[in-house]
This record gives sequence, structure tokens and C-alpha cells, in this order.
Amino acid sequence: MKGILKIAFKLLVNDKGKFAALLVGITFAVFLMIQMTSMFAGIMARSSATVVNIGAKIWVMDPAVNTVANSIPMPDYVQDAVRSINGVKYAVPLYSSVALVKLRSGTYQAVSVLGLDDATLFGRPALLEGKIEDIYAENGFIVLVDSEFRKMEYPKIGTEFEINDNRGVVVGLAKVTSSGLFGIPTLYTTYSRAVTYIPSARFTTAYVLVEPKTASDIPYIKEQVQKLGYLALTDEEFIQKISDFYMYQTGLGINMFIMTAISFIVGLSISGQTFYTFILENLEKFGALKAIGAKGRELVFMILFQATFTAFVGYGLGVGLASFIVMSARLRLPDYAAQITYMNLADAFIMVVIIAAISSYIGIRKVLKIEPFDIFRS
Amino acid sequence: MANADAMNLAVKAINLAKWFGEGEARTIAVKDVSFDAYLGEMLYIVGPSGSGKTTLLSMISGILRPNSGTVAVENMDIWNMATDEIAAFRLNKIGFVFQDYHLFPRLTTVENVAIPLILKKIDWNEALKIAMQNLEIVGLKDRAQLPPVKLSGGEQQRVAIARAISSRPDLLIFDEPTASLDGDTGRKIVAFVKENILNDKRCIIIVTHDSRIYEYADRILKMEDGKIIGLETGDFHEE
Repeated sequence: MKGILKIAFKLLVNDKGKFAALLVGITFAVFLMIQMTSMFAGIMARSSATVVNIGAKIWVMDPAVNTVANSIPMPDYVQDAVRSINGVKYAVPLYSSVALVKLRSGTYQAVSVLGLDDATLFGRPALLEGKIEDIYAENGFIVLVDSEFRKMEYPKIGTEFEINDNRGVVVGLAKVTSSGLFGIPTLYTTYSRAVTYIPSARFTTAYVLVEPKTASDIPYIKEQVQKLGYLALTDEEFIQKISDFYMYQTGLGINMFIMTAISFIVGLSISGQTFYTFILENLEKFGALKAIGAKGRELVFMILFQATFTAFVGYGLGVGLASFIVMSARLRLPDYAAQITYMNLADAFIMVVIIAAISSYIGIRKVLKIEPFDIFRS
Repeated sequence: MANADAMNLAVKAINLAKWFGEGEARTIAVKDVSFDAYLGEMLYIVGPSGSGKTTLLSMISGILRPNSGTVAVENMDIWNMATDEIAAFRLNKIGFVFQDYHLFPRLTTVENVAIPLILKKIDWNEALKIAMQNLEIVGLKDRAQLPPVKLSGGEQQRVAIARAISSRPDLLIFDEPTASLDGDTGRKIVAFVKENILNDKRCIIIVTHDSRIYEYADRILKMEDGKIIGLETGDFHEE
């Protein structure tokens, strides 16, 4: 079979025009697919940035909450009630809001403010510069060094700004696992300072962050919270809820799906049509091979090999191109949300396999139908 | 003499018939054709277009199954074999030179010649070595690395002949070998085949309607309307 595949390989790659067209079709399709799905994955990851960065095991919230940024404040008794549930090791409040800060240059910048429990500072970020206890200092704020950091005009420790006519001082710079989705910098401070500095509604607790004693306590805690009229979700469940919201309750998911489907159709059209033409042009030659003594399955192997080889090379080029574009874009655009995951790569691979299968099926049907007798009749 | 004939028998066709379509649309292409072809001879099948010669050629070479009758090539009833067995039989025992050559333009000349050997699963390098020897026989060794499209019609014909003899077949089938060539080149090719390719252990059957090459035939089988209307033996050069 090795020799036959070598012939198939030479027939394919020596037809440089068609081979190039096939590769362009599949590469373009893979590039589009990965670009679209990685953008979606990036947005999904960023939409849950706060959940990941805070790192609480259980989040208690109003049942109407859809995304972490759009919290619905809860009365203080919720925190007390949660603390009294069996299986809860500790429960702390989290403040979450958006505010305007006036920078040194005089410009205003929207920021996300997270207020950590004063007693425990649960959910605090890992500091790059400064000491965590300085967050208790007068007007102390910690700024996240993420893709939005530059919007705070690259502050250093000691940099001052105004927040709702209150003085704020940068006392630390911190790193996080994931940048946020909405393109605004994030500040951390204490819960009490956040409530004091930022105009608030009647209730101020955005979330109650819970640490269970053991993992087996989680179902009971969730049940008890539900009885209070609120919702307790594990961090994974909360991330899934946020993803589901963007996927099914906004136009994002369907648009991504449409774009991915279009890229699949474009790839299939270009590759399928070119491969079909390639087979048609060689059809008489395949018939001659049959007449000489090639078996049907040998011809099928040749076509499968050609389709598979083209698909894999095109897939590799597409992945390479998409990675290069995403990397280049990230270097120039810190906010660029695309993130290539193994799932993106697997999805694109499955689609490429389908394209190769459909293209080769059409070719195989044609080749198996040709009768050597037709070659004699020319 | 009868024993000698039997030993030299390359093809024995008995009562071959082939029709296409059914009912009123039925067209009879070949009816009740019987003939023998022997090793060491060059047998022509001639006749006007539509006389059934290509259909007959396809049936005796294991490509088109007859509706009735039998074909024995070297005493083996080929239409009693399974599909894969017939394919293997064609590969090992029969060489084809098609009217349009059907060479792969994306392969080199030597690779084209090596195709039957590669189908026989002979190692790639060994196949190319044998193919090169065959190209030497047809005088095209220096063209081995060129693609066939760079060769003239006569040279392509010789490449097709080199490919046909690659697997050392006992029966060589030529379909209209001069149809794409000018008269002089056509005659030269057939003369070359008679002198260099035909031997005592090989039978060559040529389908043609080109009377300019009749002079090289040992026997001529004449067909019309799907039937044999005559079998001539003699010195056709004199005609």
C-alpha cells in the first residue's frame, strides 16, 4: 500500500495549483473557525474573571443575577443566616460596584471596585508590589495590573486619584489570573471603605462568599440558602451560569455559531469543489488504473489519503495562522479577548475531518462508479 | 499440431455475446463470437465503428462481463473468477495500451511506467529500476524524469507500451494504437512493437481500423454488426 500512497501523494502535491487551492480553502476555514471560537472562549473566560480571581468555593447571590458584574445587593441578614448554616466554615461579604475615578491628568475613568471583607480580606489578589496590610491605611486601594491597567495611567505605589470626591491612594499593585470583560480597570479595597466612598443603595452586599467545611456539605448549604430565597452556586456553577447567559440570552452565542457555521460552509465549498474537480480531472486515469488491475479499495485508500493529507496540512496551517494572529493582536491590543483552548482546536479538527470526509466521499463515489470499459470507449 | 496449438493458446473465446439495455432498448454489441489467439502472434481485430470490436476486446481482457459465452486466457476461465481475482489476473497477465495512453501528467515518465509494478506491491525503488529498463527497451531512458506532457505523441505511445510490459504480461492489448498518431509514426510504433515487444511467449491483440498498419498483422479478425465476418491469415504487406 505504501507505493500506492506515494503515487497518491505525488498526484496531489504535483498539481500545485489545485493543492494550493485545497490548502487555502481548509486553512481559511480552520483559521475562521478557531478565530471565532477562540474569541468566544476568550469572552467567556473574561466574563467570569472576578469569580476566578476571588476564588471562593461557594457564591451566594440573588437568584436573578446573571453575570458577576451585575450583582443585586442583598440585605446584611443573609450573611448572618448563611454563617449559621451547618457545614459553613466561614462566610464573608463581597462588595462589587462600578465607580468613576478622576485621574492625575484630570480625566475620568470608570473602574470596577471590589470591597473585601475587612476582617479576613478573603479573595485578596496576589501582590506584585506593596503590602496587603496597607489596604487598611487611609484611602488605600490596590490596582490590578491587567490588560486595563494602562487606563489608570500606569499608577505606582503612592499615586493619588479621586473617587467620588474622596481621595484614593494606590498602596499595592496586584496580578490576577484573568482580566475582566468590560474593559475597565479593577480596584480592590476594604468592604467598609467601598461602602463609604461609593454611593450605594439600601443594601450593599453583592455576594456572600462561603467556605464549606467539606465538599460534602455543599449540597446542604445550597439547600438551606435556597430556603432563604437566595441562590448558592459553586464557583464552577457560577461560571457556567454566566456562560449560559451570554450563550443563550444574548446574541453572542448565536452570532458565534453562525460565523463558525459560515466558515465551515466556506471551507467545505472551496475544498469540496476543488477536490471534486481534482478527482474529475483524474477520473479517466483512475479508470485506467482500474483497468490495469488496481482494486477498488486501493483507489479508495488513495483518495482518502489525499483528502486526509490535505486536511491535516490545512489544519496545521490554519492553527498556526490563527495562533499567530491572536498572538500578534494581543501584543498590540491588550484588551483582545481571544483565547485558543484545546476545545477550540478539537472543534476545528472535527470540522476539518467532516470536510475531508465529505470531499473524499464525493470523490470515492465518482471513482468507484467509473468502469474500465469507459476508458476503452474514451 | 493440435497439441502444439493448445500449448500456444493465449486466448480462447467461445460463443461470446454482449448486449446493453433491456426490452426494446436492447442493443446487441457482440453476438456469438468465437476465436482463438496464440502466443507469438499479432492478431488484429478490425471493423467499422460500432462493429463491436472494443466490446469484444473488453470481454477478453476481463474488463466487461459477457452476457453469455466464456473466455479462457492461458486456459483459465477468467469470468469464473471473483472481481478481485480478475483485477489481479489483469495486473499479472495482461498489459494495456489505451487509445489516449492515460498517462498521469503529474508523475514522471518513469513513475508512470512503474505503476503496474507498484500495484503489484513491488518496492518503490525496485519498481523504478525495472521501469527504467523498460524505458530503455522503448528507447526513452533519457526522458525518464520528464512528465509525459513534455513528450511527443509517439513518445507517449512508447511510454504506454513500456508501462504495459512492466509486469511482463503474456497478453498485450492495444486499443486503436495509431488513432492519435500520424501515419508514419503509427507504422513505426507498430513495427517496433512487432520487432521488440512480441515474442514466443506473448500474444498481442490490436483493435484498429487503420488499414495502414495491417501489414504487421499475423492474422486479422474482421467484425461487423457484432459478428465475425472473416478471419484472414497471410502476408498483408503484399495487399
